[in-house]
Amino acid sequence: MSQQVVPQKTYLMVFFGLIGLTVLTTGVAYIDLGPFNTVAALVIAFSKMLLVVLFFMHLRHSSGLVRVVLVAGFFWLALLIGLTMSDYRTRSWTPAPDSWSSTAPPTHP
Amino acid sequence: MTEAEARAHDLGLAHQFADLEQQQEADTLGIWIFLVTEIMFFGGLFASYAIYRWLYFAAFEGGSHVLDVRLGAVNTCVLLGSSLTMALSVRSAQTNNRRALVLFLIATMILGGIFLGIKGVEYDQKFVEHVVPGLDWAPEGKTLASLAPGGLGHAEMYFFFYFAMTGLHALHMVAGMGLLLWLVLRARKGSFTSHYFAPVEVVGLYWHFVDIVWIFLFPLLYLIGGRY
Repeated sequence: MSQQVVPQKTYLMVFFGLIGLTVLTTGVAYIDLGPFNTVAALVIAFSKMLLVVLFFMHLRHSSGLVRVVLVAGFFWLALLIGLTMSDYRTRSWTPAPDSWSSTAPPTHP
Repeated sequence: MTEAEARAHDLGLAHQFADLEQQQEADTLGIWIFLVTEIMFFGGLFASYAIYRWLYFAAFEGGSHVLDVRLGAVNTCVLLGSSLTMALSVRSAQTNNRRALVLFLIATMILGGIFLGIKGVEYDQKFVEHVVPGLDWAPEGKTLASLAPGGLGHAEMYFFFYFAMTGLHALHMVAGMGLLLWLVLRARKGSFTSHYFAPVEVVGLYWHFVDIVWIFLFPLLYLIGGRY
């Protein structure tokens, strides 16, 4: 826990930054950017998360141990989503051999 | 017990720690490890959301168009406001300002309550439009038109995600409100000083985490595929 007292002004500026990003992400949703709508939404959400984590959650003043714990958490989350999606999204790349599809004997006559 | 030890104990030092600094370090590390388990807990939902959003994209787009973006955006701002007052609560504890601490904690509770209220209005609207999967699923009229392109079964899946993710988030808010009430009662008695305010800091970290979950839920559920 940081004994460092952060000035009130910093918290207010972070708050207004977060509100600005909320307005931005809502506004961008009304403009057609194709697939980049999703990218923009996620990049903005990620920036908002960084603001909250660094300032409101005092990660700027936290010990290295706390940072390692957080990075490890996100690493496992990335594995979870990354490996799952790489499975689903590549299943159609190679079709299943014909012999796998409907050669099984019918279960009932 | 020496005089110095007795003094440290009065300030809130538990017996198993050498000094207040070590105790604070342990408290903070503990809550961060809990938050990492929470990341994984919500992570399972986010991963399954990612799969179905990719498989049923048209239905998810139609489903998100049924939600009210204005209410979602307002709620995001309310929740960010509550994070600000929570951060200021911790600051008030650090600066020994008991009055401000109590006021900021109560403000955080009020903003949390407003968030849950707006959420309740939105849930009610889902029952009016019959888009509650399992309980009341019979979309009609304008709602149906918005859902139709993606297939109704696929759209039902979107609303399963909507209710599971926002519901789990709301449950975390309710737990947070209970913790805040406990903090208010203790703060009024003057349990927290600039030497000992770990409960305020720890509940604050939890509250900010719940805020971050919503920061991702808002674009993923409300803003899919654009509104143009």
